[in-house]
Amino acid sequence: MAKQEIGTAKSAEIERREREPEVVLRPPVDIFEDAEGITLQLDMPGVSKERLDIQADKTNLLIEGSAQIDMPKGMEALYAEVRSTVFRRSFTLSSELEAEKIDASLKDGVLIVRVPRRAELRPRKIEVRAS
Amino acid sequence: MFDRLTNFESLFDEFRRVEQEMDDAFGRWAVPAGIRSVARGTFPPINVGVTPDEVDVYLFAAGLDPKTLDLSIQQNLLTVTGERQVPLKDNATYYRRERFGGEFRRVVALPDDVDSERVEANYRDGVLRVSVRRRESAKPRQIQVNN
Repeated sequence: MAKQEIGTAKSAEIERREREPEVVLRPPVDIFEDAEGITLQLDMPGVSKERLDIQADKTNLLIEGSAQIDMPKGMEALYAEVRSTVFRRSFTLSSELEAEKIDASLKDGVLIVRVPRRAELRPRKIEVRAS
Repeated sequence: MFDRLTNFESLFDEFRRVEQEMDDAFGRWAVPAGIRSVARGTFPPINVGVTPDEVDVYLFAAGLDPKTLDLSIQQNLLTVTGERQVPLKDNATYYRRERFGGEFRRVVALPDDVDSERVEANYRDGVLRVSVRRRESAKPRQIQVNN
């Protein structure tokens, strides 16, 4: 009977741990807009192309990635300023942007995402004719 | 225009909340901070891990040119200096500028038994890893009990 109680307590502990929120890093971002559209630059050190996931629909852009850090076997943390390997950040998109034409590139842990503006909505230079 | 701004604001609140949760989690981990540790947000953040054979320092520094990095080790103090260039795009409106740009310098104290002659460094996917071997005497040694 006592044995069974210990068993129950243990599974409750595991359950509690699984329910705890996952620690997620928020990558720092630069966002700028020019005539072509909006560009985002995010720092995601340790993330390779294979471990990056970008999803976009009409209203949201979600960027997720997980860093792969090579560690020797049996390593113990002595000191840590980065406590997670999961990066996640989301942004709202607006209707003048073309979510289906988003383009992304990744180099040395810097992700660049380009969200083009609809061609018909790009600013047009208006010529002033001399009369 | 305004609805975009307010959306950003509410997202920002959401991020603050997530950050709060992260802080709570860090408290639970209780990894001690070094005397040379700096406020969160300093570039680049550093993790240090140890095994009986080596000490590994990870610098999370995306978008660096490894050639601009300067690493030096004096006894057990590792110093990393460098510069990250984040050029501003011309004719663009910036909504957010959170990424670090400019010169940086970080100093980290390693365990006393590191061998400053045996250091390796490599840079991959924006993470600089510096591996320093430890002296033989630091390894756990099996002691025979004689009778």
